Amino acid sequence: MSLIEVRELGRTFTVRKKAGRLRRTSHDVEAVRDLSFSIDAGEMVGYIGPNGAGKSTTIKMLTGILVPSSGSISVAGLDPSRRRTELARRIGVVFGQRTTLWWDLPLRDSFDLLQKIYRTDPARHRENLDEFLELLDLHDLLDTPVRQLSLGQRMRGDIVAALLHDPEILYLDEPTIGLDVISKGRLREFLRALNERRGTTLLLTTHDLQDIEALCDRVIVIDHGTAVFDVSLAGLHQRGGSRRTLVVDLVDEAPPIAIDGAEVVRVEGPRQWLAFPTEASAAPIVAAVAAAYDVADLSLREPDIEDVIRTIYAGAGRMSP
Amino acid sequence: MWVRASMTYRVSFWMMTVAGFVIGALDFIGIWILFHTIDSMGGFSLREVAFLYGATGIGLAFADMFVGRIERLGQMIRMGDLDTMMVRPVPLLAQVCSNEFALRRLSRILLCTIVTGWASLYVEWTPMRLLVMAGMLTGGAAIFCSIFVMLACIQFLTADGVEFANAFTYGGNTITQYPLAIFPGEVVKALTFVLPLAFVNWYPALFILGRDDPFGMPQWFQFLSLVVGAAMLWLTTFVWRFGVRHYRSTGS
Ligand SMILES: Nc1ncnc2c1ncn2[C@@H]1O[C@H](COP(=O)(O)OP(=O)(O)OP(=O)(O)O)[C@@H](O)[C@H]1O
Ligand SMILES: [Mg+2]
Repeated sequence: MSLIEVRELGRTFTVRKKAGRLRRTSHDVEAVRDLSFSIDAGEMVGYIGPNGAGKSTTIKMLTGILVPSSGSISVAGLDPSRRRTELARRIGVVFGQRTTLWWDLPLRDSFDLLQKIYRTDPARHRENLDEFLELLDLHDLLDTPVRQLSLGQRMRGDIVAALLHDPEILYLDEPTIGLDVISKGRLREFLRALNERRGTTLLLTTHDLQDIEALCDRVIVIDHGTAVFDVSLAGLHQRGGSRRTLVVDLVDEAPPIAIDGAEVVRVEGPRQWLAFPTEASAAPIVAAVAAAYDVADLSLREPDIEDVIRTIYAGAGRMSP
Repeated sequence: MWVRASMTYRVSFWMMTVAGFVIGALDFIGIWILFHTIDSMGGFSLREVAFLYGATGIGLAFADMFVGRIERLGQMIRMGDLDTMMVRPVPLLAQVCSNEFALRRLSRILLCTIVTGWASLYVEWTPMRLLVMAGMLTGGAAIFCSIFVMLACIQFLTADGVEFANAFTYGGNTITQYPLAIFPGEVVKALTFVLPLAFVNWYPALFILGRDDPFGMPQWFQFLSLVVGAAMLWLTTFVWRFGVRHYRSTGS
C-alpha cells in the first residue's frame, strides 16, 4: 500500500449568508469532491490548481485538521482525522501564509520548545538543528524574536521547525509565496537535498511553476475540487497543450503576423504575441518573422502555471475521467 | 516557560493581581454591607453566605486557571493558531488551555480562600464534613471546567458564541454566590438537573453548615458534587470531540 492513499475524497462546507434582515440562507460549497490519488514513499509531488481549487482543504484533510465529508484517507496506515495526534509525529507541515512558530519567542526557544513537545531525542535534535541551520543559513538569527524576522527568514525558520522531529512526510502549502528569487532557489535546493538524503516524501502546493519544475517528478492538477490530471512533469506540458509565446515588437503597426507553426494570440499596436507548442523550436519561427517583417525587438516567454492550468481546464478538464 | 511569559510583564502582573483582588473584594463587601440592613438572606446568615460565596469562587477561580484560556478559542480559530496546534502530537485541549499560565487568577483564589477560611471558623467540623468540603471544591472546579469547555465548543460551529458562553459561567457564578433559598424552586431545579451548578456549593454546603434543604431535595444530593463533576468532565470529552470533528478551519 502507498504511503498516502486518498479514495473518492469529498469535503463540503455549508456557508450561511444573511439574506434580508432576519432570514439566513445557506448553501453548500464542495471544496473537494471525488478526489483520488496515491503517493509512494520518497515521491516529490506538486499539487497545483487555481485559487479556490481545494488544495489547502486537501492538505488540511491529509493532516487531520479537517474531517472529510465523504471518502477515505490513509496516511502511513492511519486515518488522519481519527489518529491526528499520533500521526503528528510522522508528518511535518508548513503553511506559507502563516507561521507555526511562537511570535514572541526567539527562534532558539521555539526550537527548544518543539524538542519538548515532540520529545525528540536531544542528541538527534541537536544533530538535525545543526544541519538545517547550516543549510538554511539561520545561525545568526537564532536569538531574534520571530516577529522581527522577515518573511523569507521566518519561512526558513518554519521549515526547520517542521523537520526537527524527522517526519516521513512534509506538506508544504505555498512555501515560496512572497519569497524573492534567491530565497526561492535556496529553498528548492534545500528541499531537493532533503528528499535525496533522507527520502522524505514531499507534497507541495504552489502557484509558481518553477517550484514544480525544480522539484517535482509528478504533478497533480486539481480544479473545482477534483483531480484533473495526475501526470509526470513532462506530461503536464503535453497534456495541458501549453504553448510558449514569442513577443514581437515591430517597427510599424501591422496586421497579425501570418507564419506557419505559430498563431497570433494578441495584438497591441506594434507589439504582437505569437504562441507555438512547447516542443517546437523557437529558431525557425524567429527566422521567419525576421525575414518577413521589420523587427525592433523579440522576446520569448515560457509557459507559466496559470497558462497550463487555464488550458487544461478550458480544454481537457471536462473530458478527464 | 509559561510562567516566565506571564512574569515578563512584571508591573502589569502585580497591577492585575491587586486589581483583581480589589474588584473581587468589593463584590463581597457589597454582600457584607447588605447584611447591615438585613439579618438573613433566605434564612442564611452572613457567615453562611460567605461560605457559599467563597466556595463557588474557589471553584470558578481554579477552573479559570485550568481552562480559562479556552475563552479565546474563537480567536485561535480565526488566526489559524488552532490549525498549528492540531498538527502537534499533544492533545488539542491541553494546548488550547495551556498557552499561558494565568498567574493573575491567583488573586481570586486568595480572596475566596480568605472569605471561606473566615466562614469556616464558625463551622463545627467533623471528618465527614471535611470530606464533603474536599469533594465540593474538587467537584466544583470540575463542573466549572466542564461548562467552560462545553460552551466554548459552540465556537467550532459558529464564530460568535463567547458572550453567550460567558453569560452562563460568570452569570452562573453570580447566582451561586447567594443562597439558592432566595430563588424560586424552578431555578433550583434547573441548577440541579440542567446546568448542575447547585452542586458547586449549595448542596454540599447545606451538609457542612448542617442546614436542612429548604426545597426538600434528597439528602444524598449533598454528597454528589464529586460524582456530578466527574460525570460532567466525561460528558465534556464527547462534546469537545464533537466540536473538533466539526471544526472548519478558515478559508485561506
Ligand atoms: N472554512 C471554510 N469555510 C467555508 N468555505 C471554505 C472554507 N475553507 C475553504 N472553503 C472554500 O473551499 C474552496 C477551496 O478552498 P481552498 O482553500 O482549499 O483552495 P486553494 O486551492 O487552497 O486556493 P488558493 O490557491 O487560493 O490557496 C473555496 O471555494 C473556499 O471558499
Ligand atoms: Mg490555499
